[in-house]
Amino acid sequence: MHVVHSRGDKVFRRLVTAGALTSLVILGLIGAFLFGRGAQVFSQYGTKFITGTNWATSLDESIASEFGIGPMLVGTVIVSAIAMLFAVPMSIAGALYIEFYAAGRLRKVLSGLLDLAAAIPSLIFGLWGIQIFTDFGQRWAEFLATRMGWFPLFSTISDNYGRSPFVAGCVLASMVVPITTSVAREVYSRTPRELIDTCYALGGSKWGAIKTVVLPFGKSGVVGGAMLGLGRALGETIAVYLVLNLNFRYTFRILESEGGNVASLIAQRFGESTSEELNALVAAGFVLFLLTLTVNMIASAIVTKTTRS
Amino acid sequence: MSDVTIPQPTRPWQRKRSETFRSGASFVIVGLLSFAVVLFTGFAGVDGWAVVFLLISIVAVVIRGRKLSTKERGNSKVQLVITAAAVLAFAPWLSILGSVLFKGVVGLRLNFITSDMRTTVPDDELNMGGALHAVLGSLLMVLIATIITLPLGILSGVYLTEIKGRFTFLVRFVVQSMSGVPSIVAGLFVFTTYNSLTNGPSAFGGALALGILMLPTVARTSEEVLKLVPDDLRSASLALGARQWRTTLMVVLPTVRSGLITAGILGVARVIGETAPLLLTAGSNSAFWFNPVEGPIASMPIYVFGMLQIGTEYATNRAWTGALVLMLAVFALFFTARKLGGKDKR
Repeated sequence: MHVVHSRGDKVFRRLVTAGALTSLVILGLIGAFLFGRGAQVFSQYGTKFITGTNWATSLDESIASEFGIGPMLVGTVIVSAIAMLFAVPMSIAGALYIEFYAAGRLRKVLSGLLDLAAAIPSLIFGLWGIQIFTDFGQRWAEFLATRMGWFPLFSTISDNYGRSPFVAGCVLASMVVPITTSVAREVYSRTPRELIDTCYALGGSKWGAIKTVVLPFGKSGVVGGAMLGLGRALGETIAVYLVLNLNFRYTFRILESEGGNVASLIAQRFGESTSEELNALVAAGFVLFLLTLTVNMIASAIVTKTTRS
Repeated sequence: MSDVTIPQPTRPWQRKRSETFRSGASFVIVGLLSFAVVLFTGFAGVDGWAVVFLLISIVAVVIRGRKLSTKERGNSKVQLVITAAAVLAFAPWLSILGSVLFKGVVGLRLNFITSDMRTTVPDDELNMGGALHAVLGSLLMVLIATIITLPLGILSGVYLTEIKGRFTFLVRFVVQSMSGVPSIVAGLFVFTTYNSLTNGPSAFGGALALGILMLPTVARTSEEVLKLVPDDLRSASLALGARQWRTTLMVVLPTVRSGLITAGILGVARVIGETAPLLLTAGSNSAFWFNPVEGPIASMPIYVFGMLQIGTEYATNRAWTGALVLMLAVFALFFTARKLGGKDKR
């Protein structure tokens, strides 16, 4: 529709454009400020900031402070990987169940529950994780450790299984599932009905129809949804902070009560930090920001592309 | 005309009643069986019971599958796997809803929302002290955040649907990726800029951090809602001689008023439980603090978090009750949004 713009319209259009661009400005400001304050740390430590294994502030002038987020970065990846490992199959199954298996009322109840679950604050997931779920997670971890301890990831030294990356990963998985499931469901529901009907007409079973039509059709959408979930898992602070026993050390024994992630490092340290350490925390925040932004941008590009009607 | 039958779309994947009955019956039988197994063997707890249930179900499916065709057999196995995984996916939320409800109700007395923690220590009996200050603090911060964010979000929506200028793609992309900014990063940003300029934690700092997290939700919902306005309305208004700004302000926006309110409500629901950014920017307090630009202020999430960190019996009870209040608030917002959102579409 072509509209001739009067002067009033021009003012209006500029105003709206300015308002719309604030989100861009805010995002830019966040990046710029975090980078600006972290720059000193980056230039001082270089790649050692990413790979370094020590996080120590020294109040003594003669001893230099050391800041490296290596263990926390690895911890972030480990916890998120565990979360995605559980969340993706569960989400696909959940979406398929709601879309193709649940009947009438059950379907309505479940999709309502799905929307609600996405709205539960992460604090409540954390509360539930540490007070309720840890008991279960601990038992499962013990089971894995005693039966499959020969597998390097499942080996343990102590028999303390609570508050481990495994348990935190499970809690994160339950946070990720609502996001991924609702995207997957959305995509699955867009599968052309004719294709499914064709499958049945050719004598295919329900599983046949899902396997040959629905799953391939929804593949990229599910990948996008999973990456949205991954973005949340990578940046999650409070649930991980509550559930995980934070310890600044490389650990690959995921069943043991020790781990960490970048976000909870910031939450834990910012309170008593010197200005030097605060800069390092801001730099860590910048790394996290870049990481989640990248994941999220890819995810939203995929999701937009696949769910556009 | 009443004997005209309208052909119903057939849904071959839908179950027949007899199937529902049969699967219900086998569900009960398998449940009882696994209950017996749990009673007499080493499996314990809800999870042990679930595992036994699944194992017996697999056996049942295999036995029943002998009579079926190959196609049906594969189908029933897959159905079992998908159902089991779906149950596993839904179990945590049911557990969360249940535990927050039952554990939170313990400390839910009138004084929880009428008094604060000024003269009470967390270890005191539950009939003393409460979270009034935290409720008020959360409300204040969310209010400020909404006042700042709602206009900006709506402007983004208007830009994307009415103006469609050359930044359309960029704005949409930025809004989408902004929704992935970790809450701690938003908090850290405000902490290092606004808070460090203005002597530490304050309600306004907290509100700014919440606003950053709220903006994408508001912008995206506004866009979705504005898209629902039929182009006929715009054309009619323009044809009557109204300029675009008048069309937008007096026709488009009023048409979706409740939808725009929904956008605001969803934004509030998104941030009301945010803990990490408030930890950095708003601090905590044991009483309500009236000055929004200076001094730490309590909030619901921080109240829950703080009580949980103390970890004694009564403090933990308070945390659960706080979580219950928070969750009820989120759900109330959510249902209001849904009710309002449904209005425009009709």
